[in-house]
Amino acid sequence: MQHLQAVLLGVPMTLLITVAAVSIGAVLGVPLVVGLRAKNFVVRIVSRGLVDLIRGIPAIVWLFIIYFGVSIGAFRFNSTMAAIVGLGLISAAYFAEIYRGGISAVDMGQWEAGNALGVNRWTTFGHIIGPQAFRVSVPSMTSYAISLLKDSSIASTIGVTEIVFFTTQDARSNAGGLTVYLLAAAIYLALSVPLALLARRLDASLRKKVSR
Amino acid sequence: MSVIADWIEWFPALANGLWLSVRITAVSLIVGLPVGLGLAVMAASQNRVARTISVVIVEIGRGAPALVVLQLFYFGLPSVGITLTSFVAACSALALTTAAFTSEILRAGLQAVPPGEVEACKTLGVSPRDTLRFVVIPQGLRIALPALMGFSILIFQATSLTFTIAVPELLSQAYSIGSTTFNYLSVLVLAGLLYAVITIPASWLVVSTEKRMSRHLSYAR
Repeated sequence: MQHLQAVLLGVPMTLLITVAAVSIGAVLGVPLVVGLRAKNFVVRIVSRGLVDLIRGIPAIVWLFIIYFGVSIGAFRFNSTMAAIVGLGLISAAYFAEIYRGGISAVDMGQWEAGNALGVNRWTTFGHIIGPQAFRVSVPSMTSYAISLLKDSSIASTIGVTEIVFFTTQDARSNAGGLTVYLLAAAIYLALSVPLALLARRLDASLRKKVSR
Repeated sequence: MSVIADWIEWFPALANGLWLSVRITAVSLIVGLPVGLGLAVMAASQNRVARTISVVIVEIGRGAPALVVLQLFYFGLPSVGITLTSFVAACSALALTTAAFTSEILRAGLQAVPPGEVEACKTLGVSPRDTLRFVVIPQGLRIALPALMGFSILIFQATSLTFTIAVPELLSQAYSIGSTTFNYLSVLVLAGLLYAVITIPASWLVVSTEKRMSRHLSYAR
């Protein structure tokens, strides 16, 4: 029981980091995907390079670069901020790829119809393609959010007080041993299962409103 | 250019770390993939016990963060009398993660083999075991190949987590150089680039494999 209490202490921080990083990623992913699909060659190459570089370097290395490496004058990130910024940037790159897939899943006829009706490219994108692409992207977005919930555990390496941080602490000081790690694993499962169920219901209702 | 001079000085240590990361990746995949295939076959079996065992292993392996599995193997197991070296703990934890994730990929691959082929085998009197071995698994593996390659890249990235159990791989090397020179940014960026030098071309390979494998589909449309 005492071990369970110790591990549960980390749950709010894990949720905070996950929600914050997913929100940052979902918003920043939009300009990135616009960049990935831009007509301008330079914009496209830069966006592609950015997305590939962010995804190509392990998350823990990004957190270390941001936490230990970045110091602008007297300014340094505290560990929670560093984790949110790092995981947020990584999410943005993943979300951009998810959105790209969503956009290409919307029927070409929707673009053509917009064009035929004299709606300009940006309005077509914002009002016709975007909402439908978003609905197609929801399953991938939620499964990414679930994997980010688990990836947020790496924030413990820079001292963020989330689930694994308290788990390790408890294992070392109270001889929690195997039990406390199994408890931590069970808590991650318990957090991700309701998310997965919610995602499935959401997807079923959104899927009906997409033209393909 | 002091940055370049530093990088040249640090490179041998980081290259050693990178080589260890690659070795951990290789061992995890070599151990994890056959187990994953076994779990995938078990998940599709008629036997209820086999199916349940497979589901439990896969759900734990996929549901728990790799970091927790890693620490469980290294810090948790000694309390029940099993002490592993950090390299063995790293490889076994990542192999378990590999097995859990690849079993889902392989299951999808095996399911994608047209059921008509299995029925044809039955009609021709091929035993279920031979059907699996000579018809379903070879084709299922081919279908699953791009996804498996993509997953291998993720496992290579996940080796950076073994830093937390004192495996002297790439990130550990970079961190220890950082803590002696206080030049964290420069050395961590170099380490990041070394990861990217492997993962980015590898992801291009995945895309080209994907295209190659789906080449025959373009005729149908």
